[in-house]
Amino acid sequence: MQHERPKLIDDEGRRVDGRGPTDLRPIHIEVDVLANADGSAYVEQGGTKVLAAVYGPKEIHPRHLGLPDRAVLRCRYHMAPFSVEQRKSPAPSRREIEISKVVREALEPALFLEHYPRTAIDVFVEVLQADGGTRCASITAASLALADAGIPMRDLVAACAAGKVDGILVLDLCDSEDKYGEADVPFAMMPGLGRITLLQMDGMLTPEELKECIRLAMEGCRKIYNMQKEALRERFVRIRREVEAAEAGEGGGQA
Amino acid sequence: MRWMAKEPVISKMKKKRIIQLISQGKRIDGRGKLDYREVKVEKGIIKTAEGSAMVCLGQTEVVVGVKVGLNTPYPDTPNEGILTVNAELVPLASPTFEPGPPDERAIELARVVDRGIRSSRAIPLDKLCIIPGRRVYIIFVDIYVLNHDGNLVDASALAALAALSDTKLFGYQITEDERVVLDRSVMSPLQLQNYPVAVTVANIEGELVVDPCLDEELAMDAKLTITVDKDGLICAMQKSGPGSFTPEQVMEAIDIAREKAAELRAKVVG
Repeated sequence: MQHERPKLIDDEGRRVDGRGPTDLRPIHIEVDVLANADGSAYVEQGGTKVLAAVYGPKEIHPRHLGLPDRAVLRCRYHMAPFSVEQRKSPAPSRREIEISKVVREALEPALFLEHYPRTAIDVFVEVLQADGGTRCASITAASLALADAGIPMRDLVAACAAGKVDGILVLDLCDSEDKYGEADVPFAMMPGLGRITLLQMDGMLTPEELKECIRLAMEGCRKIYNMQKEALRERFVRIRREVEAAEAGEGGGQA
Repeated sequence: MRWMAKEPVISKMKKKRIIQLISQGKRIDGRGKLDYREVKVEKGIIKTAEGSAMVCLGQTEVVVGVKVGLNTPYPDTPNEGILTVNAELVPLASPTFEPGPPDERAIELARVVDRGIRSSRAIPLDKLCIIPGRRVYIIFVDIYVLNHDGNLVDASALAALAALSDTKLFGYQITEDERVVLDRSVMSPLQLQNYPVAVTVANIEGELVVDPCLDEELAMDAKLTITVDKDGLICAMQKSGPGSFTPEQVMEAIDIAREKAAELRAKVVG
């Protein structure tokens, strides 16, 4: 059962999945994927697949949890039992509770909670398949779901981890790089405003390496930010096409 | 989401005052921006624990007790001892702490302290193996917050380090039928290999301050905890709180943390 530490960077400088150090994994983003949710988004980043849904702003229940001057943002990050090799118990683990908190705090700076007193905004994230970087993919998806729900935002939040594996600083770690690498730095920011909203680290880095990791992660976030905006635009283009098709179907019968 | 904590409230006037003062480079309790409150460290305060320490940061009081036991190792690390860190925000420490299972604040606190100790390899877990795959030492680090006046992470991490440096392991004997029994007559100190220290930097209206007190935590945008090891390497980090940081602030906070960590470490080591 004990795993030998695999070689994570080959002699040509390629990573386990063939990427260069500063390459992102292939990313696929879709917005408005769930019919019932007020807003939703799906993000695939390499082998990581997450689904985010937003309900609200809505009446908060139970009422005593409401705040008189702003909305309560609630967030649940959850991993499906089948999302990892060894079945994960569906009960929230300590790790999931911590990630729920940091994901919420990564999204909160983007929202105008003071505009919706006495209400709740619920963000639900389900990790369907995990291959590293799930909290970052969750933030990327959840911020799109918030935008899709029509909730006013200061900026989108884009997230991407950086880290160090086999002595080399890399972007967007996959599961084996996270497990066997020297350091992992999950990171989220509002690229349009230049503000960092999530920053965690575990492993060992010199201050210089850490600063370089942050610069790398910022670069990754900017790329993801552009994909987010494209996915959001795509959703409205789709709506326009649907409206146009519906109008054409009516055949101009109105006076 | 039942694990969410009900945060304490701060009056708008006090919050305004904190923000007003900080723009003049002053703090509500008269400290400079890079000053810690008075730090008190006392080791060995609990005789029933194998290691213990109490740390006070001003009015914040934290006790850490270390208990040692035997356990079967995790299947993926058959040759290593086990470290578990738990935090209890006991209800006597603050009107906002409630009895019941740990909420997200307690879990985050324990996990951030755990990450610092684990990443820096402070405890030589490989030397805590008795029979590979069968029997290893398990080290329980229990963080007990007795009074909450902000910056629980730095106080807890320092108390955990002090308690671990005070910890004695008891010996063991292997019986004829290959059972391991503890021998409490032989005690040897737990040799630490590293000394991680957490430094929390808060962002209040664009100004960085260390060791935020509770009022400052309620007025701040966000805080960043940076754990620094004995060689000045960074071994853990956690942004916490509803706000954000600029990249320049983060870079500055890293430098502040390295300087302050050395000061704090001197209170525990040597």
